[in-house]
Amino acid sequence: MILARVAGSIVATIRSDGIEGSRYLIVEPCGSSGKTGSSGIAAGIAALDLIGAAPGELVLVSQGSSARQTEVSKDKPIDAVIIGIVDSVEENGKVVF
Amino acid sequence: MILARVVGSVVSTIKEVRLEGIKFLLLEKIDINTLKGKKDYIVAMDAVGAGEGEIVFFVGGSSSRQTEITNGKPSDATIIAIVDSFDIKGKTVYSKSRIEM
Repeated sequence: MILARVAGSIVATIRSDGIEGSRYLIVEPCGSSGKTGSSGIAAGIAALDLIGAAPGELVLVSQGSSARQTEVSKDKPIDAVIIGIVDSVEENGKVVF
Repeated sequence: MILARVVGSVVSTIKEVRLEGIKFLLLEKIDINTLKGKKDYIVAMDAVGAGEGEIVFFVGGSSSRQTEITNGKPSDATIIAIVDSFDIKGKTVYSKSRIEM
């Protein structure tokens, strides 16, 4: 899983995933303290939101074939899902988020 | 899934038998804030009927074989949705209808 920050949401009417009721969010991979990349180029991933995350929140994103191991995304063409909203992160004994 | 713009199509006559009838599109990954291409290209199978200029997102790896069109086909990148609009931090960055008007 990666830590990512929810940047925004996507509207798509024509899709072939066969999933109803779930939306896609744009997430940006970030470090443990929640800071997104400073490279200047925004690397956005479109991830299926299973839990109702909101823009600005730090989330856990599962990628690859593991992203299909949920009831909603099973056997669907999905390679990134938001599986949790992060409450806090501790690194070397320090709470960094 | 990765956001990209359809920049062209790829035609191949001599190909694996199971690929007959499948459309290949050339995608360029985009910067989500500026919508500019990142000069990072990928060929993807089309499962939604996307057209040139549209912003789409594609799925990679084994997940790209989970659509009706690509099931059992040697795909490692499949377009699964055409993007109507998206917003970043509450601001609409891209809206397809606005561009068509």
